[in-house]
Amino acid sequence: MSPESTVSTATTNVVIAGLGGQGVLKASDILADAVFNSGFDVKKSEIHGMSQRGGSVASDVRFGGRVLSPMITEGEADFLVVLSEDQVELNTPVLRPGGVLLGPDLLPQDVVANRRVWNVALLGALSAHLSVEVSVWEDAIRRALPEKVHETNLRVFHQMREKAVTA
Amino acid sequence: MSAPRRELLSGDEAVALAALDGGITLGTGYPGTPSTEILEYLSSIGGRAQWAPNEKVALEVAIGVSFAGARALMTTKHVGLNVAADPLFTAAYTGVQGALVIVVADDPGMASSQNEQDSRHYAEAAALPMIEPSDSQESYDFMLAAIELSERWNIPVLLRLTTRVCHSKTIVQSRGALPAPPPAHFERDIKTRVMIPAYARPAHRRLRTKLDEIAEWAETSPLNMQVPRTGAADAPAIITSGVSFGHVLEAAPGAPVLKLGVTYPLPLGLVRDFVKREGDAIVVEEGDPILEKRLLADGIAVRGKPSMYRFGEFNVNRVRRILAGDTSPEPPPAPGKPPELCKMCPYRPVYNLLSRLGCIVAGDIGCYTLGVLPPFSAMDTCVCMGASLGVGLGLRHALPEEQARKVVSIIGDSTFMHSGLTGVAEMVYNLPPTGHVLIILDNSTTAMTGQQEHPGTGRTLAHEEAGKVVVEEVLRGMGVTQVHVNDPVTDPDGFESILEKCLASNEACVIIERRVCILAAGRIKEYERAAQKCSDPLPATENETAGEPEHVA
Repeated sequence: MSPESTVSTATTNVVIAGLGGQGVLKASDILADAVFNSGFDVKKSEIHGMSQRGGSVASDVRFGGRVLSPMITEGEADFLVVLSEDQVELNTPVLRPGGVLLGPDLLPQDVVANRRVWNVALLGALSAHLSVEVSVWEDAIRRALPEKVHETNLRVFHQMREKAVTA
Repeated sequence: MSAPRRELLSGDEAVALAALDGGITLGTGYPGTPSTEILEYLSSIGGRAQWAPNEKVALEVAIGVSFAGARALMTTKHVGLNVAADPLFTAAYTGVQGALVIVVADDPGMASSQNEQDSRHYAEAAALPMIEPSDSQESYDFMLAAIELSERWNIPVLLRLTTRVCHSKTIVQSRGALPAPPPAHFERDIKTRVMIPAYARPAHRRLRTKLDEIAEWAETSPLNMQVPRTGAADAPAIITSGVSFGHVLEAAPGAPVLKLGVTYPLPLGLVRDFVKREGDAIVVEEGDPILEKRLLADGIAVRGKPSMYRFGEFNVNRVRRILAGDTSPEPPPAPGKPPELCKMCPYRPVYNLLSRLGCIVAGDIGCYTLGVLPPFSAMDTCVCMGASLGVGLGLRHALPEEQARKVVSIIGDSTFMHSGLTGVAEMVYNLPPTGHVLIILDNSTTAMTGQQEHPGTGRTLAHEEAGKVVVEEVLRGMGVTQVHVNDPVTDPDGFESILEKCLASNEACVIIERRVCILAAGRIKEYERAAQKCSDPLPATENETAGEPEHVA
């Protein structure tokens, strides 16, 4: 970290939360990759290790002109993306007043049926709020996932993005 | 070596990239959160990395590499450095010929560990330089600096990370390769490398001279950094290191900050000048009050943190509280859903039975430690890697017979390779009157840390074929009188009858419950298929007999 990092410009804070095995870390990887490739400074932080054992998992992604701490302070998140209904209450204190909660209740029936795409679907909803080009999102999704699931994930990403934009 | 580029990397990945760019000949270690990904990433980008059975062996291998004039990397989590402490202290005396960098990853807050020991104590105790990066860019830069430092003073260097540095991803600009070391060769230097007392006494003096020189170098090292005061003239100055630096910049914008990259030996002149210039200074350090005490001992008037902040990880909010001198109780973190044994974990039936039989279970370190939680509550002790054996034997020696007979030790296959073998030697040698029962949960992988290989899997770190240590043969060779192999999923009743017989036997008994980890099963099949393709087309002569309990008296 260089000394000029004391000059801080507005930082956007996104927390992605859920249970181990739901793809929380994959979602935050895609988000971090997308904002990095949009020219932002970015820090992404989480604790892994137990992440595949079904426990609570949360990942912080911060981006902007200059990001300082890698961790998001309670009450300072602009967006909270939650992949599991029972993890909403636990994580809500991280949101700032007026912050946006994006939970699994947003998912339409056809998406709900495929639990493996919930993470990318909710990124689609989040994307409507962020200034990141669609093509950059698409590239980040392709880089993070195996080719055989690209089509499905890109479809739900766009479906949720358009739903959020028109909402 | 990689072409210079800018990318988003975790601290672990950044260390690995610098190891590649820095011409590390061999990276070795044992998996341990949060350090595991360093060697995995190093291997994936074309470096040479391997898993050792434990950290002590890893460090010894790394010392050997450096004695050959090559560059060695050893990685470990904090508690692994305890295992490697024996070679560590004497490698400080022998010094190295090439480079030796020991990366130790601490876990403040114990996200995935059994204690939150502060490895900075090791730097002073072993008399080795320690440098501490605060993010991924510094993890890259400091790893390269550690190689240079090690070669310049022929001394092992400790690069200390913490969980947040290891696992946070931040932007890294790589800068290309260091000049390569001269080709590896052995030059005899008995008085430097053979630590008999006559040679060790001058070696200790040489070590102290090196440290004095390094302390002088640290005074002007670019690894330390200052942020000038741009805010209020009366705001306290801050001395910090590692990931706390980012929290400090956010919690106290405009305050003058001295960020120490070299935390042993400390650049005391630099700190003294900083405090003299800025006045009131507070040390913001995660973990034990180490910097604070060293500075106070040297007569530099600094303030420390209230003792409540010795516990757990820092964040911006806690740093704000420290700066405000706020010692009001902190709200406990909201309890999340705890992890659990996978729904399809083959070891659920094992814990069900231990629970039903009311066994006293001396446990060990791995995902199977989760057997301690409800609904099983089937673990009574867990201390450190390999402790299941010694602790179980101690219980058997001391308890009245009725209770002693209920004691079992339980250990995973990778933990067994790490430090179960000496425990088996103890069991055979000092067998309690009631005998003892060891259960090895052999799921063919180091499951907890993300399914790494180990000597019992017969595959390298990169999942290619290697020599294989066959557990049952080792046990028989060591004199264990009963060795059973069973599959807990296909034959749970078999496990029950074997266990009951063993508990009643007064013998040294080992029951290997063998069933591949459900998370690793798919990948292991792929590795086996790949190995089959490469190997001799002759059909295998030996079939797995999993499911059939095998009894060797």
